[in-house]
Amino acid sequence: MNPLDGNAMAGDLRELFTVDVTAARYTCAGCGHAEAVGALVLWGQDMGRVGRCPHCEDVVLRVVNAPDRVFLDLHGSVRLELPLAGS
Amino acid sequence: MARAALPGRLTWRAATLVGERWETPSARTLVLDVPDWPGHLPGQHVDVRLTAPDGYSAQRSYSIASAWADNATDKTVELTVQRLDDGEVSPYLTDTLEIGDQIELRGPVGGWFVWRPAQEKPVLLLAGGSGVVPLMAMIRARGAAKGKQPFRLIYSVRTPEDACYAQELSRRVRDDPGLDVHFVHTRVTPRKRIDVATINSYGWPADFTPDCYVCGPTTFVEAAADILVALGHDPKRIRTERFGGTS
Repeated sequence: MNPLDGNAMAGDLRELFTVDVTAARYTCAGCGHAEAVGALVLWGQDMGRVGRCPHCEDVVLRVVNAPDRVFLDLHGSVRLELPLAGS
Repeated sequence: MARAALPGRLTWRAATLVGERWETPSARTLVLDVPDWPGHLPGQHVDVRLTAPDGYSAQRSYSIASAWADNATDKTVELTVQRLDDGEVSPYLTDTLEIGDQIELRGPVGGWFVWRPAQEKPVLLLAGGSGVVPLMAMIRARGAAKGKQPFRLIYSVRTPEDACYAQELSRRVRDDPGLDVHFVHTRVTPRKRIDVATINSYGWPADFTPDCYVCGPTTFVEAAADILVALGHDPKRIRTERFGGTS
């Protein structure tokens, strides 16, 4: 299977947040690399997705969809820098 | 409206197929009527969800091919879908979906791989196969806005017959000042691949600090982005979108 990228998570994340998280910059907890969430290398399918840093391949973000809730694991991201509307 | 329940958040809505056309023997453009569509930026995509009678559902992302203008009378949204023969969703969209049928759609989404007409830099678009779709939306949006930003598209495709929008692209090269298109054919002898020489010759010099958009299969995206960086382009000005092979 070919990986997608963080851009493909935009819809799932937009159901949770009122801002577009794929345009945010993450800072990788593993290597310190900073890039847009849209650039993460994305593995997985509808049930759960894992976004890896394209620089060091560490897991930056996990989204798991359960029937009645969503688990969002940002353990691999030191911080998220979110652009505000219009920037 | 269901959306009113959670303001600002996104939900699924029904889209109706109101038109269609084949771009190549395996790529079909779907013209969709989506009630209350809020408009979109070129480069954004939608998620499409199909649900079987037994409740099984599959979801995929598809780039929007059309440009949006708030003042336009045509309020439809166009997706171009490449059929993957072993795919779960794309063969349904290309071969089965008929005019009047409905699909579930969520969007527009994505705020990173987008081009805004207010951006003033020259633009370099690198397309691999059906990765041309969101880049075409950018070219159309520039055309609709009569944008002056110099645009260059390098479009890697197997053969001339596999190129989407070929007629429209040649018309736009003639009619939209400042737009250039170069094709790379990977299955026509002599076979070519996107390489340093091609991007050096048909792209922009790094000194021009262009905004670069790369979209295609993962191997294409990684090769093209690496070449751009090697040619001195600022990684912050390179935006990428990978198309998966699972659709």
